[in-house]
Amino acid sequence: MALVLNEEQSMLRDSARGLIGTKAPVSHLRQLRDSKDPTGFSRELWGTFAEMGFSGLLVPEEFGGTGLGCVEAGIIMEEIGRTLMPSPFLSTAVLATLALSRGGTAAQKSEYLTGIAKGGLIAALAVDEGAKHRPLQTAMQATRSGNGFKLSGAKGFVIDGHVADLLIVAARTSGSPGEAGGLTLFLVNPKSKGIAVERTAMVDAHNAARIVFDDVDVTADGVLGEVDQGGVLLEGILNVGRGVVASELLGASEEVFGRTVTYLKERKQFGKLIGEFQALQHRAAHLYCEIELTRATVLKALQLLDENFEAAGPAVAVAKAKAGTTGTLAVQEAVQMHGGMGMTDQFDIGFFMKRARVCQELFGDSNFHADQLARLRKY
Amino acid sequence: MADLDQFRKDTRAWLEANCPPEMRKPMTKEEDTFWGGRNATFSSEPQRIWFERMRDKGWTVPHWPKEYGGGGLDGEEAKILRQEMAAISARLPLVSFGISMLGPALLKYGTDAQKREHLPKITAGSIRWCQGYSEPNAGSDLASLQTRAEVNGDDFIINGQKIWTSYANFADWIFCLVRTDSTAKKHDGISFILFDMTSPGVSTKPILLISGKSPFCETFFDNVRVPQSHVLGQVNRGWDVAKYLLQHERAMISGMGERGVGRPLGQVAADSIGTDDHGHLDDPVLRGQIATFEIDEAALACAAERAVDLAKAGQAHPAFSSAMKYYGTELNKRRYEILMSAGGSDALEWESERSKDGARARAWLRTKANSIEGGTSEVMLGIVAKRILDLPGA
Repeated sequence: MALVLNEEQSMLRDSARGLIGTKAPVSHLRQLRDSKDPTGFSRELWGTFAEMGFSGLLVPEEFGGTGLGCVEAGIIMEEIGRTLMPSPFLSTAVLATLALSRGGTAAQKSEYLTGIAKGGLIAALAVDEGAKHRPLQTAMQATRSGNGFKLSGAKGFVIDGHVADLLIVAARTSGSPGEAGGLTLFLVNPKSKGIAVERTAMVDAHNAARIVFDDVDVTADGVLGEVDQGGVLLEGILNVGRGVVASELLGASEEVFGRTVTYLKERKQFGKLIGEFQALQHRAAHLYCEIELTRATVLKALQLLDENFEAAGPAVAVAKAKAGTTGTLAVQEAVQMHGGMGMTDQFDIGFFMKRARVCQELFGDSNFHADQLARLRKY
Repeated sequence: MADLDQFRKDTRAWLEANCPPEMRKPMTKEEDTFWGGRNATFSSEPQRIWFERMRDKGWTVPHWPKEYGGGGLDGEEAKILRQEMAAISARLPLVSFGISMLGPALLKYGTDAQKREHLPKITAGSIRWCQGYSEPNAGSDLASLQTRAEVNGDDFIINGQKIWTSYANFADWIFCLVRTDSTAKKHDGISFILFDMTSPGVSTKPILLISGKSPFCETFFDNVRVPQSHVLGQVNRGWDVAKYLLQHERAMISGMGERGVGRPLGQVAADSIGTDDHGHLDDPVLRGQIATFEIDEAALACAAERAVDLAKAGQAHPAFSSAMKYYGTELNKRRYEILMSAGGSDALEWESERSKDGARARAWLRTKANSIEGGTSEVMLGIVAKRILDLPGA
């Protein structure tokens, strides 16, 4: 498959860019932040996403979705990255949808996927327990109780956790932290007894939550996929998450770089446009190269996820690692080249810096993925 | 699609039947590369067999027209051939500046007679070319070159000096930039001319490098007589040809790192450094450096693949090869810093049996030229800044 967008994909990008650019520029996020909005995103806009078919992008057609793939999800995420629009697209339209469509029973799919496609159901994936992304270190216990389970433990960095109607929770039904086997995914109603949700306002003004589970009852119907075999399912979901977060980082990198290059052509110092200075030209040109390489890795990873899901791991590790590093560089260079203006809250650049930092951590930072690659290549 | 699947099957079968096992190993020595030329010798019988079979198939230059000895393959087929060759680690049967640099310029700017004269000799490996661009006072500022060609009847008389002429001492012919109008603005008085290195008045002198090897020469022209019909493109418009050719040269140099790959760096390092109980390299900092390097290396490979696809889709930026040249060469330097670090004192051996005559150390030193030759990294970044990002000139 050619490493360029085809015509339908380009059209999807254009329509997403049009919608997001008009309805949710950075000022949209700023307004939500400044008003300490209790939801953290616009339900109205999410409704529009549903009408456009974006919330059900990955939902199979039989459940009311458009049945598109990871490349298309990445296209939407890239546009989201350009304006930092907060939305449940990642948590619900990507992670939960994928978990349900890959691991769900017929009953689970029809119960939840239709709601996701319509934009009425918000879902969140609860994986991490420590400060760094270490899915295999999952310690949360799910002990058998009757024909169901009891969940106890705590999760953090649960994206959209405080507004979710459904939680997808990784817990240990056997084995010890660090082991790949023994993990199981559960579908949990966040209103269940024993659940305490704390919204954690993040540096980037996007949604996340800490959730404590204290002897929470889950029936056998709540098991997603097979008991003890959830590790592979989870890794697949996470890989798609990593791929599309890399897309978001790419979008943010491109946007912030575009703003910086524009500034270099406008701002005068020492009687010259600062873009004439070779020191800045070379740094901008280097960053351009990094962004172009990142774009190629992200598209490669997303295409592989669509073509050969099981074999996409190394390409995803490359894309997420590269996008994290490039995103970090892009925002740092943007602030530096904008000078003091870049440090002001009034200017948008800081929003990109904060979001890039969060996306870097999300589902494994560049170091995590470099280590993954080294393990895969056995050194 | 079915045709391409069939092509892949046939190609795989043909390579399996025709590529000698000895030619399916990474190149480690200079003699592993076959450059062709009037005085070419093969370093081994398998090298000869492999070259001749590929030449007869038209696959020394698979994507050139058949009438010039190429394979006549389209972009998709050529990609499949590359993939299938890579899958069995098949060596390139012929490496030459005729293929990677002059050929594309000949195809674009050559007259019919020039194409018929030169292209078949390139694909057949019978003439080896070198490039006469740089001069002692015209390196990065190439257009300030002073070698002059003065009209004398139907001929030019050429006088001057070139430097950094790679393998000039082995080359049969040279493609050369000369000044044909010294009164015009510096870019407008240059011509691109082809001539035989055995012409009276041509001499070369190798330049010994820090690697202890000498791919480069100084080349001197003392009243060299060349027919005017040997100009490629128009007289005084040689800069257009030179720029076009440089794009190909940069694309080639950016790919050098990729082609040089034998075993993955992590494995090479594990062999010399050893691993701990978890199978991790016994040097965590180096392990991190290698992993980070391999991410960038994979990213560059993706970008190279995308560049081809973009070109096919008509979306490529003409200056993108400068970005690739910059990134690829900086990466290759990093590769060899890591290899030296992984090799420790073994990699420092210069003259010993075990080190294959200091192969790694010499290669490491050689890579330092990657970001200078064919346009320095600084020149490449300047091109990206001005031509792609449209930043203002000073």
